[in-house]
Amino acid sequence: MRDNDHRVTETVERSLDSTLESVDRAEEMAVGAAQRAGFDDDDLMKIGMAVREGMVNAVVHGNRYNDKKKVRFRVAHGAKQLAVTIADEGEGFDFEHLPDPLSPENLMATSGRGIFLIRSFMDEFRMRRLSPGGTEVTLVKHLVSK
Amino acid sequence: MSVKLNVRQVGDVSVMDVAGRITLGEGSSAMRDSIRDLVSKNQKKILLNLGEVSYIDSSGIGELVSGFTTVTNSGGQLKLLGLNKRVKDLLQITKLYTVFDVHEDEAEAIRSFA
Repeated sequence: MRDNDHRVTETVERSLDSTLESVDRAEEMAVGAAQRAGFDDDDLMKIGMAVREGMVNAVVHGNRYNDKKKVRFRVAHGAKQLAVTIADEGEGFDFEHLPDPLSPENLMATSGRGIFLIRSFMDEFRMRRLSPGGTEVTLVKHLVSK
Repeated sequence: MSVKLNVRQVGDVSVMDVAGRITLGEGSSAMRDSIRDLVSKNQKKILLNLGEVSYIDSSGIGELVSGFTTVTNSGGQLKLLGLNKRVKDLLQITKLYTVFDVHEDEAEAIRSFA
């Protein structure tokens, strides 16, 4: 039974250019997979937005639009969950000490809400540094009956 | 479609109708430019009608905050109109909902500038 819970029924994997068009494309692929997995409209919006924020981080802050660097994108879903992995080739950032966008001193900041939104919209969020360089984030949404 | 902007004047209030997606790139920069243009023309009362906005990302939220700060710093007021549930939820989870003066009815929003 446990094996069935984590059985992957669809996987899409792409190497994407460091452009805003790739952000749109990744969002479309993730939402398409989530639709086929059976997520409702509310979850589709949350997944789409979380993937968008993760891709923007990879393209803009990680790879800095560098046309020689790629973003590795993977979306997979099984009967119980959808998992998205986004990996850039950037220099990485200090994700242990991200400013809290809800604190009074940051509330009126014009940026810095991306990872907060991902955490708000997904059930699991993991980040890790890659060797020799880059950051990989994994976003997971559980499929639950409502 | 990215974003579509139209500015109309209702009395001394500039109403900016925004439609589409306010996301990083063309969408958020177009809105930023339009707000700055109004401020440069000494418009002090700006109502952002977001009724037709289907989607907004963290960059779009940043532009709303930036617009609010720009207008406030110039001695004006920027208010929001017609938020759909998604945009409203987004402003609530980012604790920005109470920062903005948000209205559901245009006539009432216009009157609130007086």
